[in-house]
Amino acid sequence: MIQLRKFARSAAAAAAVFVLVAGCSSVKLDEQSPAPITDATAGAGGTKTDPRAVAPVTAASTQAVDPFTDPANPLSKKSVFFDFDSFVVKTEFQPLVEAHGKYLASNSGRRVTVEGHTDERGGREYNLALGQKRAEAVKQRLMLMGARDAQVETVSFGKEKPRATGSTEEAWAQNRRADIVYK
Amino acid sequence: MKQTEIASPRTARRSFCGALALMPLAARAQLRVEITGVGSQQFPIAVAPFAVEGGAPQEIDAIVRADLARSGLFRIVDAGTQPIADTASVNLADWKTRGANALVIGGVRRLADGRYDVRFRLLDTVQQAQLDGLSYATPATDLRLTAHRIADRIYEKLTGERGVFATRIAYVVQTSRASWELHIADADGANPQAALRSREPIISPAWSPDGGRLAYVSFETGKPVVYVHTITTGERKAVANFRGSNSAPAWSPDGRTLAVTLTREGNSQVFLMNADGSNVRRITQTTGIDTEPVFSPDGQWIYFTSDRGGGPQIYKMPAAGGNAQRVTFNGDYNISPRLSPDGKLLAYVGRRSGRFQVMLLDLAGGQEIPVTDTTRDESPSFAPNGRLLLYATEVGGRGILASASVDGRVRTRLTGPSGDIREPTWGPFIK
Repeated sequence: MIQLRKFARSAAAAAAVFVLVAGCSSVKLDEQSPAPITDATAGAGGTKTDPRAVAPVTAASTQAVDPFTDPANPLSKKSVFFDFDSFVVKTEFQPLVEAHGKYLASNSGRRVTVEGHTDERGGREYNLALGQKRAEAVKQRLMLMGARDAQVETVSFGKEKPRATGSTEEAWAQNRRADIVYK
Repeated sequence: MKQTEIASPRTARRSFCGALALMPLAARAQLRVEITGVGSQQFPIAVAPFAVEGGAPQEIDAIVRADLARSGLFRIVDAGTQPIADTASVNLADWKTRGANALVIGGVRRLADGRYDVRFRLLDTVQQAQLDGLSYATPATDLRLTAHRIADRIYEKLTGERGVFATRIAYVVQTSRASWELHIADADGANPQAALRSREPIISPAWSPDGGRLAYVSFETGKPVVYVHTITTGERKAVANFRGSNSAPAWSPDGRTLAVTLTREGNSQVFLMNADGSNVRRITQTTGIDTEPVFSPDGQWIYFTSDRGGGPQIYKMPAAGGNAQRVTFNGDYNISPRLSPDGKLLAYVGRRSGRFQVMLLDLAGGQEIPVTDTTRDESPSFAPNGRLLLYATEVGGRGILASASVDGRVRTRLTGPSGDIREPTWGPFIK
């Protein structure tokens, strides 16, 4: 024990000296033992691995595919399109809406806004109400699948924020829709 | 602005007036301008170029002419290019021969303090008498307003009704894909000033009855919210910001109550609230769309758009609550009701064969007339004297403002800023 303590004390002293020396900026080089020079040529030493080589590895994903970006998943689609003057969710969009409804039912912490839109024809306020009716129609279907009222806010932009511009049937069809927007 | 009456000069008075001179002025005025529909006579008036001393930044007489012509009640007789000062001696019989029943002459003179002295005389060429004469000491920035006030005086002298040329309008202009502005401008569309700029849409501006505030819908928070905005201070308050969409504000005639459309209980329904947003109560009870409420001028009724019968039609219900009655029956799409100040006419937008047109319905007689010949009309609103309608329409893919006389005879495209203009609404008379 005594010897150990002595050693510890002398080690501490040595460390203190080292700190002092290292802390001094004017130590002459010739007072230090010269560092050995090693051959820096790549591959020198024969069997040794190149310390600067980079081996590329692709990690196998251990996480599930994001359902909101996987094109194969109906959750990746968030727009429901409507016929002229209609707010009926068409059969082709029911799987999409049901998928979001189920997701919300099993993820009670998630919230969405359903945003209704219309084409450019007709009055602004009436279109706002029509867009609202589309958003409400989507909300009712989400709730049928178990989403709770508090998870879904419905708002309307009417004809104020068209996705497609122009007065063509194609543009109008793009703009008659409700978007499910996750918060 | 200082306003002084100017007496009739001797030169303008002639003594050989004849029997007509004994007729009271009001009766004469009635005879002259009572308009009963298409084909009736417009009152012929000449407005001579004003004599200008020292230059003027606005052409007063041109503004007066444009105002009178836009009203639909006047036919402007060519007055040539020779200015006639208000002090000039005029042979009124000559002007009668040229077809003008009245002549306006005047002058603009720059004062030492930088203001302008604007004078006019309204002369009756039939009676050979002065009907009106005023001088206005006007700052340069108010010269347009002075011109509108002169037009108002002339209008009132000749028709017995108040003119609306010095009132203001509000409208929304979309200047780019992500830029909207709420403008306040003169009734002719000139002199626009932005009261609000936003990167999100603005719709449905509505003037408070005193003309001091605008209620409107702004999407600046990512959804429609109703604001009340004091124009002179820019102070604004979200008065309806409930879950869902908040829209279609309308003021009661006393300015104390707002009708709004809320979706906090499902689809769009009409609610009333105090103008500060308190005391919210629902007044329509359907599962469909009830929106675009507007009070009747007596405050007793609320007219609104509803799809309860299938397509959108206009209904009315007591403002205190109660059963709704259908008001429009022609066509399958009638929206955006607005009542004339006397409560006798209903303006709205009807879709007929795919064309959206401003319609007028005589509420007593049930007769409906289209007011416009355009196909994408929106947002009709009455001038405060009920003689003109302001509305938005589309020309060349761009929204513009237009006004029409209520007989549909005179339609005028209003000047406006560049951009897509929509949602015009005519402000009240300012006391």
